[in-house]
Amino acid sequence: MSNTKEIVITPIFKNNPIALQVLGVCSALAVTTNMNNAVVMTLAVMAVAAFSNLFVSMIRSHIPSNIRIIVQMTIIASLVIVVDQILKAVAYDVSKQLSVFVGLIITNCIVLGRAEAFAMKNPPMPSFIDGLGNGLGYGMVLLFVAFFRELLGAGSLFGFEILPLVTNGGWYYSNGMLLLPPSAFFLIGILIWGIRTWYPEQVEKPEFVIAPNTSKEAV
Amino acid sequence: MSSNNDSIKKTVTVAVVLCVVCSVVVSAAAVLLKPMQQYNMDQDRKSNILRAAGITDPSKTVDELFSQITTRIVDINTGEFVDAPEAEDFRRAAGDPSRSMALDRRTDIASIKRQPNLMPVYMVESDAGGIETLILPVYGYGLWSTMYGFLALEGDLNTVAGLGFYEHAETPGLGGEIDNPSWKASWIGKQIYPNVEATQPALRVVKGSVDTSVAGAEHRIDGLAGATLTANGVTNMIQFWLGETGYAPLIANLRAETQAVEEVQLNDDAAELGSAEEV
Repeated sequence: MSNTKEIVITPIFKNNPIALQVLGVCSALAVTTNMNNAVVMTLAVMAVAAFSNLFVSMIRSHIPSNIRIIVQMTIIASLVIVVDQILKAVAYDVSKQLSVFVGLIITNCIVLGRAEAFAMKNPPMPSFIDGLGNGLGYGMVLLFVAFFRELLGAGSLFGFEILPLVTNGGWYYSNGMLLLPPSAFFLIGILIWGIRTWYPEQVEKPEFVIAPNTSKEAV
Repeated sequence: MSSNNDSIKKTVTVAVVLCVVCSVVVSAAAVLLKPMQQYNMDQDRKSNILRAAGITDPSKTVDELFSQITTRIVDINTGEFVDAPEAEDFRRAAGDPSRSMALDRRTDIASIKRQPNLMPVYMVESDAGGIETLILPVYGYGLWSTMYGFLALEGDLNTVAGLGFYEHAETPGLGGEIDNPSWKASWIGKQIYPNVEATQPALRVVKGSVDTSVAGAEHRIDGLAGATLTANGVTNMIQFWLGETGYAPLIANLRAETQAVEEVQLNDDAAELGSAEEV
């Protein structure tokens, strides 16, 4: 099943939802202050994307095309509520930190985007895998950003101290800016730059070309 | 096939069936997981109280540790204990006009707008029946958010035994440093009131660090760099909740009570001494 592998791997680098499609950036700024949150958010998005794709695909031949977006949103919203409830029941501390952002998975364009673009046209199993892959692609960026933000901003990873902070008697002066949302923009920007250097075909064509200077021969 | 799907009948059927299925799934999840969520919230609240009081023991469960704590409900205006177990959820009470009072701008230094009439307090009682630790829920507005926490006092009802916040949204790395363990540790041993009769707390967070050589250092807490407004919020919160508007009446009552108990004990001792002499 090289096809399956491709469906999973492609969204991670070649067609990354954040890096190439530039979707879901909002929550990528909000939940990446530490690794724990990023991991849980990744799992939550993977679950929602995979199951919403699965269910949308299962009923795709019965969805009336004029209410298809509403149908997809209803399925996604229900799944998000279920995920939120499960998190509150089994991982209360994390759900408290993620607070509103779990609920906001509903508005994460990646989930709706995959339901509309892939699940409406493909059978259930590939759709499910496509959801997993895109959730993972989103998660990879989250983990990348969270790694640097937590390490340099708080001197720790997964809550374990790596660089002892001056405030706790160590030597590392934490960079507070990395704990604030703007730093995620810089990190995502650097990541997109890196990926596009690696895959030059991802670079978009410039929307306009600067015209050459007019020569001053006339007069 | 698709033209068939777009008929009004099919559209309505799909919409209705989908809504019913989704609502069943959502409500089933909410109902089935409710007990676990309640349990988690309860554990979370208990561990926050324990952490503020500095009671930690990794070998014991939260429930075991919490068994030494007594929950009492206090009437904020009179400072008397009342019997109203449902009042423990003070945040809901604060939003209910029949169970809270509006604060005017002058007294509302902590910017909480409405204050519940009844507040829960938590106590660790010593074997002799006195109070070993008194844990008071406090909250007030910082820079961005309302900060919710617990302040623990020692048996003299003046010395800080611990402080902990369980909910706030201050800037990470700046105001968020109110969660910093070493800053919280600097509260321990500080004095709230300037003397036993006072009802207005003297404790406050200052700018910069505290000069220990100056008189009154026991009422001052080191400031947080880059978080003056959050620190002011913490000061206002303490001034509000430990002042006349907050727990000062309760503390006065508890003091009078312990004094009475001590006097009775002294009299008993004297009586015993007297009778011994007689023999």
